[in-house]
Amino acid sequence: MSLQQKIKQIITDPTLSAKQKSSYLALEADASLPYLPVSQVVHEAMDSGIICDMFEGNAPFKPRYVLPDYAKFLQQGSEYLELQAVENLDEALNALTIIYHHVPSVTNIPVYLGQLDEVLMPYTAGLDPETIYQKIKLFWIMLDRTLPDAFMHVNIGPTDNIICRTILRVDAELKQVAPNLTFMYDPQITPEELFQRAAANICECSKPHIANYPMHAQSYDQQGFGIVSCYNSLPLAGGANTLVRLNLKEAALRAESREDFFSHTLPHYCTLMYELIEARSQFLHEQSHFFDSFLVKEGLIEESRFAPMFGIFGMAEAVNILLNKTDFTDIPLSNSKSQYGHCETANILGHQISEALDHIVKSTAVTYGYHGRALLHSQGGISLDEDVTPGVRIPYGTEPDPIAHIQALAKHHQYYTSGISEILTIDETVKSNPQAMYQLCKGALNLGFREFSANVASNDLIRVTGYMIKLSDIERFKAQGSRTNTTGLGAEAAVNTSILNRKPRVASHEQSPRYVR
Amino acid sequence: MNSHLATYAEKLPQTKAAVSKVINFSCVDGPGSRLVIFLQGCNYNCLNCHNPQTIDLCDNCGGCISSCPVQALSWADNSTSSSVKWDTDLCIHCDTCLSICPKQSTPKTYHYSVADMLLLIRKNSLFINGITISGGEATLQLNFIKSLFEAVKTAPDLQHLSCMVDSNGSLSESGWQKLLPFIDGAMIDLKAWQQATHLWITGRDHHRVFRSLALLAAEHKLYEVRLLHIPGKTDFESEIDALADYLKKLPPAVRIKLNAFQNHGVTTEAKTWKACTEQDIKQLAGQLSQRGVGPLILPAVYI
Ligand code: SF4
Ligand code: SF4
Repeated sequence: MSLQQKIKQIITDPTLSAKQKSSYLALEADASLPYLPVSQVVHEAMDSGIICDMFEGNAPFKPRYVLPDYAKFLQQGSEYLELQAVENLDEALNALTIIYHHVPSVTNIPVYLGQLDEVLMPYTAGLDPETIYQKIKLFWIMLDRTLPDAFMHVNIGPTDNIICRTILRVDAELKQVAPNLTFMYDPQITPEELFQRAAANICECSKPHIANYPMHAQSYDQQGFGIVSCYNSLPLAGGANTLVRLNLKEAALRAESREDFFSHTLPHYCTLMYELIEARSQFLHEQSHFFDSFLVKEGLIEESRFAPMFGIFGMAEAVNILLNKTDFTDIPLSNSKSQYGHCETANILGHQISEALDHIVKSTAVTYGYHGRALLHSQGGISLDEDVTPGVRIPYGTEPDPIAHIQALAKHHQYYTSGISEILTIDETVKSNPQAMYQLCKGALNLGFREFSANVASNDLIRVTGYMIKLSDIERFKAQGSRTNTTGLGAEAAVNTSILNRKPRVASHEQSPRYVR
Repeated sequence: MNSHLATYAEKLPQTKAAVSKVINFSCVDGPGSRLVIFLQGCNYNCLNCHNPQTIDLCDNCGGCISSCPVQALSWADNSTSSSVKWDTDLCIHCDTCLSICPKQSTPKTYHYSVADMLLLIRKNSLFINGITISGGEATLQLNFIKSLFEAVKTAPDLQHLSCMVDSNGSLSESGWQKLLPFIDGAMIDLKAWQQATHLWITGRDHHRVFRSLALLAAEHKLYEVRLLHIPGKTDFESEIDALADYLKKLPPAVRIKLNAFQNHGVTTEAKTWKACTEQDIKQLAGQLSQRGVGPLILPAVYI
């Protein structure tokens, strides 16, 4: 299809809003430029789907994820936005509403809305809980209706405070798709009763995710970190300049044996990954002028706190392929007991691959990284993926019970500094027994889970990797289009990747990066 | 070597329990998250049984061995007089063996010693609030339950786990006395109000059930009473006044749970009975709450 035809198709699409059309048009414009200069082998690896730039665009002019220091912004005001330092909660919420529209990201909607309890607590003096509740509730509704993208992420916890509790209350009450929510849990700081409250919320609306605060904090410096989009953990006042991902399944298919995979195939494709990472981040940092932005000038982000994310996916298929290639040829692949997620040998091989990746990522220097390094990430899939499982997850429909599921995957979590998530599907009987959710979550964090996410099966709200969509919206979208950007993505993901076949209906997908009719 | 542990292990009984299934994570079998052990064998013969193959024990006739399409069944020690062995790794759960068994039993039974079971519990202990033994009828393997729960309650790393029994209430008082020191609570089914109805549905009378309920209530070990509602078949609605009176006299901490009959898996005439809908349950719940029984626990799902 010619560029003009494609543009015409977007413009005349009956299901997209004007705003949604504008962003798809921008993507097409970007895609019409020649690709950044990279070697022929990188091109070939991209063409055959082994490495992938997540369709971020041929010439990146904004980082993938940006995590401004909102606390600093409220304290100092902004010269560029002509705002004074804020003095009360109304002013704080108003100032945040304004700045969110000036924080770019790969989706054009901010993926990080801040550690909101920490950010807002200084402005709550003298307010009674009911007043705070009213203000937060209106703010929450505003977010869902004006920034309708479930990738945008609010963080709360690990301390107990009125903003944290109010957000949990409002979120369970409104059951909105946006914003996404992560609750930080620290056994040293968080009262168990508050943690139980958060677990009860999961039973209500499959939110929040629970982050293992000490584990994340340990990976970053004093300045801190945030959880953004779908479980990406990144430096605060920084972010991710790019995300490039490696399809482990495709890599495994090209290995002659397990030994060959570890000694040649994996290192080879990692080298190509780094070439692409360098090309993309160098363009962004050196030619796009993004870092001339007021966000940098006013000290809300620092160029040195941006790192490339080194993503991987298709671990399950890679392990099954490698097992079949070596000494396990006699085990029929149709018998799931010999496969990834179910068999100790398979799981251990998976852990070894994660360990090898960790070693490569921690020892390979990049020009624009966090302390000179990229950050390893278990990537949650995109809506165009077919026959390949997101990140290190167990394939849809074959997951064991939640406890066995956690036990099979826990050892991976230590390696994925910039985020990893499993979606645990819990049947709806848990709704009348939130204590069970709490215990499961506690067990998972104790065993080394970085992030705990559960999807309660009967909920209309379902989790599509990092965000939520409404099942009923998927139906409606087909006919009319949706107000919520991610529903479009979810619908596409649902059709392409049979995610709704998941046991029960859970979708997996980080981002739908391009226009597909 | 920890001699203390060694003697402890030696003291565990060597007998094995016949187990039809273990679920690592259940939200509906007591407080919090629970590991549930389903024991094989039942002394009732309920028309509405969903798992009739768990009623009778396999008598090792070997009739099912040749029916298995993947050779998951064989004679243990290759001799036709020994027991039937089931290979879980090979089994594809087609259930051909169940349909062939003349006793309507199953060769797919696990045999766990107390020590085996403790291993499994330890593996899951981070994630659970307790253990529930269900059935079949759990209390038919009373000694196993007693030994397992005694071991749990005396192990420093496990004693925080609550130990519950899910029973049809047919155990004798002396049987309960053996268990009481080691259980935190019991869930008892009350399958019908009138003797005749109970007899028709289960094949057994219900004197023992009421005695069990009374004993457990007095000992503060009655966690839950379960009423399985089969519209038009069970007599809870026709006997609503007497039933409500009785339930109101139970200690207020006892949970009254209403379950909804579903007909899948049923093999008797009950296959044709109408499933109990949310509306049916709400109607029964309404009648009970009107008479001051409550709060009631209603099904989370109707499937
Ligand atoms: S399961 Fe039935 S058929 Fe098979 S050995 Fe046991 S009693 Fe015989
Ligand atoms: S259920 Fe298992 S053991 Fe029984 S016949 Fe089928 S494969 Fe064989």
